[in-house]
Order: sequence, then C-alpha cells, then structure tokens
Amino acid sequence: MIATLKLAARNLSRYRRRTLLTALLITLGVVAMLLFVAAAGSFKQVMIGQITDSMLGHLQVHRRGYVASVDNLPLNLNMPVPMVAKVEEALKTEPAIAAYSIRMKLGAMFSNYTESTSIRLNGIDPQAEDATTPGLRTRIIEGDKVGVLVAPGQVMIPDLIARGMKVKVGDTVVLVATNRQGSVNGKNFTVSAVLEPATGPGGRDGYIHVSDARELLRMTAPEAMEIAVRLKDPARLANTSASLEAKLGDVKNKEGKSVLEVHTWEALTPFYNIARMIDLMTLFIRVMLVAIVLVSVMNVMLMAVYERIREIGTLAAIGTQPGKILGLYVGEGLLLGLLGAAVGVAISVAAVAVLNVYPLTFPFGRQVITLKPVLALGEIGLVSLLVVGMAVLASLQPAWRASRMDPIVALRHV
Amino acid sequence: MTLIHASSLAKTYRAGDIDVPALKDVSFDIEAGAFAAFVGPSGSGKTTLLNLVGCLDHPTSGRLTVLDTDVSRLSRSAAASFRGENLGFIFQDFNLVPVLSAYENIEYPLLMVRGWPEAKRRERITKVLAAVGMADQAAKRPDQLSGGQKQRVAVARALVGEPKLVLADEPTANLDHDTAHRILDLMKRMRDDFGTTFVFSTHDPKIMAEAEVTLTLEDGRIAHAAGATSPAAVPGEPA
Repeated sequence: MIATLKLAARNLSRYRRRTLLTALLITLGVVAMLLFVAAAGSFKQVMIGQITDSMLGHLQVHRRGYVASVDNLPLNLNMPVPMVAKVEEALKTEPAIAAYSIRMKLGAMFSNYTESTSIRLNGIDPQAEDATTPGLRTRIIEGDKVGVLVAPGQVMIPDLIARGMKVKVGDTVVLVATNRQGSVNGKNFTVSAVLEPATGPGGRDGYIHVSDARELLRMTAPEAMEIAVRLKDPARLANTSASLEAKLGDVKNKEGKSVLEVHTWEALTPFYNIARMIDLMTLFIRVMLVAIVLVSVMNVMLMAVYERIREIGTLAAIGTQPGKILGLYVGEGLLLGLLGAAVGVAISVAAVAVLNVYPLTFPFGRQVITLKPVLALGEIGLVSLLVVGMAVLASLQPAWRASRMDPIVALRHV
Repeated sequence: MTLIHASSLAKTYRAGDIDVPALKDVSFDIEAGAFAAFVGPSGSGKTTLLNLVGCLDHPTSGRLTVLDTDVSRLSRSAAASFRGENLGFIFQDFNLVPVLSAYENIEYPLLMVRGWPEAKRRERITKVLAAVGMADQAAKRPDQLSGGQKQRVAVARALVGEPKLVLADEPTANLDHDTAHRILDLMKRMRDDFGTTFVFSTHDPKIMAEAEVTLTLEDGRIAHAAGATSPAAVPGEPA
C-alpha cells in the first residue's frame, strides 16, 4: 500500500505543473466551500442568536389563534390566570427549559406632548425577561445597560421612534392604550433606554413593566398574551416543543378542543426561511465542489492513463496484478484529493483566523452585523472526506481502464 | 528438462471481418538453460510466439506448456501471477519507468509483484546490479543513462526475481552493433551464472548467430530449427 502510494506520488511529480494546477483547482474549491460555510454559518448564528436571545426566546406559548392575528395584537385572546398557571406548571416540569417570561402585548399611542405615533409594547417582568432573552440588554444603545431592565414607570423605546419623535433617555412621554372593553387609559412614562432595532417580529417593539401594562389595560387579574421560553440547549428545540405540546394538549375549551399553541422560533420568524436558503446555497456549493473535483481529477487521470499506456503494458507484462495497477492510479487520484484538501483546509483555517482578528462588518437593514466565522471540525472533516472521496471516485474509471488494458495492445502503443 | 513445450499452436487475429493467421501448427520444445532465438522477417510470427510463451496472449488452438504449466488458457490474473513468479521480460525500447532510478526500476518486480522484504530486496538488487555492471549507476534515472545502460538495467530487472525463463523481444534492435553484442554477451553470462533460460526474437542475422538454438519462422510456421530443439519442431525435418 505504502509502496503503491509512493509510486503514485512519483507519477504525480512527473507532470508537476499539471498536478499543481489540478491541486490548486481543488484547493480553490475547498477554500470557497469552507469560507462560505464559515461566513454563512456565522451569519446564521448571529441572526438566530439575536432573534432568539433578544426577542423571541426559543419557544413561545400562546392561546390558539393569537399568532395568526398577532399583527393586530388582539386583547381578546389572552391566557386567563388558570391557563397561565397550567402553562407554568408544564414549563416547570420540563427539564430542558432554562427560563420563561410571561408577557403582555399591546398596541398604544406614544406621545411626546407635541406629536404622537403608534407603538407596540411588551409588558414584561424584568428579571424573567432578562433570563429568557439575555440579548435584549445588548440592544440598548442609550440608557442603563447594567441595572434593572425596565422598572415601573419606565419605557424602553425603539431607536426608530426615539429619532422620529426626537425623544431621548430621561424624557417623559405618554402612553395611551385602549383595553378590551374599549376603555382608554393613559400614563406618563420616563424613557429609560433606546433599543437598537432587530430583524424579525418584535424587533421594533418597546418594553414597559408588566404592572404598567396591566394598569394601562385596566386589567385586574394577571393574564398573559405570550409566554416566551428559553432552552438550556437550543439543539433540543424539536423534542422540547413536542413534549410541551403534548403536556399542554390537555388544556381544552368547553368544546373539548386544545386551546394552547406552542411555536418554535422557526415558525415565528421569516429568518428561518433565509436560514434554509443559506443551507440550500451551501448544498449547491457542495455540488459545485464535487463537480470541480470530479472533472479535474478525472481529466488528469484520463490523460495520465493515455500518456502511460506503454508503461501500463510493461508493468502488466512483468507480472503486476490488475488490482495493483488499479490501485496505482486510484492512489494518484487519492493523493491529488488529499493534497488539494490539505492545502485548502490550511488556507481556510488561516483565513478564518484572520477574519476573527479583523471581523467583517456589514449593514443589514438598520443593523450592523459583525461576522466572526467559525470553522467546525465536523465541517472540515466533511469537506475533506467529500473531496478525497470524489477524487478517488473520479480516478476509478481511468484506473479501471488501465487495469483492464491488454498488455500486448498497451506495449504496441506508440 | 523441457522448459517450453508447444504442440500444434495456432493464433489467428481478427481484423474487421477477416481472420488473419499469425501462427499455424507450430510445435517445438526448448530445454532449460537454452539460449534460444525466434528468428525471421517482420510479420513472420516471432513476436506473437513470444507473447504466447510469455502468457501475454492465448493461442487460438494447440497446447503450450511453460515450466510444466499449461498456459494456453490462464485467466488474466493467473497469467499475471505466472509471469511475476516465473518469467522475466526485456523489451526492445527498454521500457523502464521514467520516474524511478535504475535501482528502483530493478526493485519494482520484487516490491510490487513479489512483495519481498527490504533487506532481501537490497541484497538481491546489489548482486544483480553488480552482475550487469551498473552498480555505480544505480541512482540514475533512465533519462540519464545511455541506450546500452538502459538495456543493462532492463536485463537486471528481468533477472532480479530469479526467473526460470527470460523473454526478450528484439532486445538489441535499438542498440548499436557493439552495444548489442555486449548485451547479448551479458545475457549469455547471466544464463551461465544464474542458469536462466533466455528466449529472444530477432531479425538481425548477426544477432541470431549468437543463439545456440534458433527457430526460424516464415509466414507463421517454423521453417527451420537449429540447435537442441525437439525433433517435432519442424514436421518432417530432423533437428
């Protein structure tokens, strides 16, 4: 085996320029693939992290029909107190759950005393929200980033409204809301923070204390519109969601129908489709890499066989078994693949290290995204295996041809 | 001891729709230790006969025994094994592997065909290199050697596995006259030193004179046999 590979290496060295060009082509493919996967993966992680850590949580529980009409922020689809209690009971028995936050969601009028605009508000318990969406704090671009997220009488407003209404931290504003019964109520708030906008649902919402939300809506009982859930391990999303759905399926209305819905973040944000598109593009790039390796290695190996027909005849005549001749040419393909993959991985790892020192930043909507690509060992292994496997596969046909060559015909070849 | 026994050998090639007979009813014996030549003009069937004896091709009919093995119908793999174990080949164009040094070319059959361990290979190669007078050229690649030196390496490669029989197709055709004779002398000396039987093809009258046994082919038949061949070599004619 080692002797075969040594001879294969010698044979590759006889056409040095061709070998280097082919290896370079494979290297370029590997680098393109790995850098794309690293950058796209980083983008996905940044976006998913932002969406789940600063807004949605990993899972959300609503009363059935609430999500379908969430744009209107309906007040008639609240979860009443007993229903909230049942959800909390189910959440507490689920070991995969790290934290949850009971939210009130409402639409309100925002006034700075000279002009007004509409605002979507989340009434939150600051401690629970902090534990469920720890990234919310990182979106504070003005105001206290360290203390209590939002205290009674305070409001955190999105940057868009702060700019549009020329409001800054410390200013007093009025929030006016209409409750389920049609009663209008208003309350003064102090702007405690300005939030950076984020992509996805809830990315331009304001935040007030849950007690203020109830007061605005003249709500006597602690009802809820939404319960956001954070998991200890996001990889267990599907299992936990299914388990929770099963547990909450018992909460039924008078008609015996289940009244609660569990949604994963994937179902709640359109970014999930972008993430799937990225996965699809990754697949296309993998297919292109496979094509590059197949075509380049097969081309080189076909030429190698054609140019060395007499040599093949000689080796066969002096007793080399067909299998060994096959091995010799497959070995050349294998070494080409290994060379291209090894150099490609080395360049990619170096490039990713450089990109981590000098990260890429680019605007995404109103945000600036900073990409720090990460190359997972699994991805490196997968791409290397793919390249080497394809190189071997591409060399099989020429190698088979060489091994089946009639020694007499081969020896006569000019 | 008879090393090669051929009985009523025939070989016909198919060229399009036409059958082209290359060998017709060829019978002969060659004894162990012979220095034999298949001679005759181009197209007489020398190379075809050499290919059959070398298990590179199958006869269309007849029986061919080499080293007591019926090689007429060996499979591709069995033929390769037989060649690797028992035969050595010398080619007109030397056919050395260009990326390997003289030493490595000689080492090839031991390493890739026989799978000998390194110490045993080194001992044998050193001996053969010295025997062909190429010990000081061992590290050179074929493109750094003269034609005669290349053929010496080829002889060494053919002999290194201690084969019973070495087949050489026009081994001197690409060499000048003096070098050709030196190669033939070398082959004879190897026969004497190692007891190897040499069978070669040639159409050069000066070279065929060096052979101790000659089988002259004309139009695919043995027209004349000289030396210690079997009486059956030429039907109706005593050897």
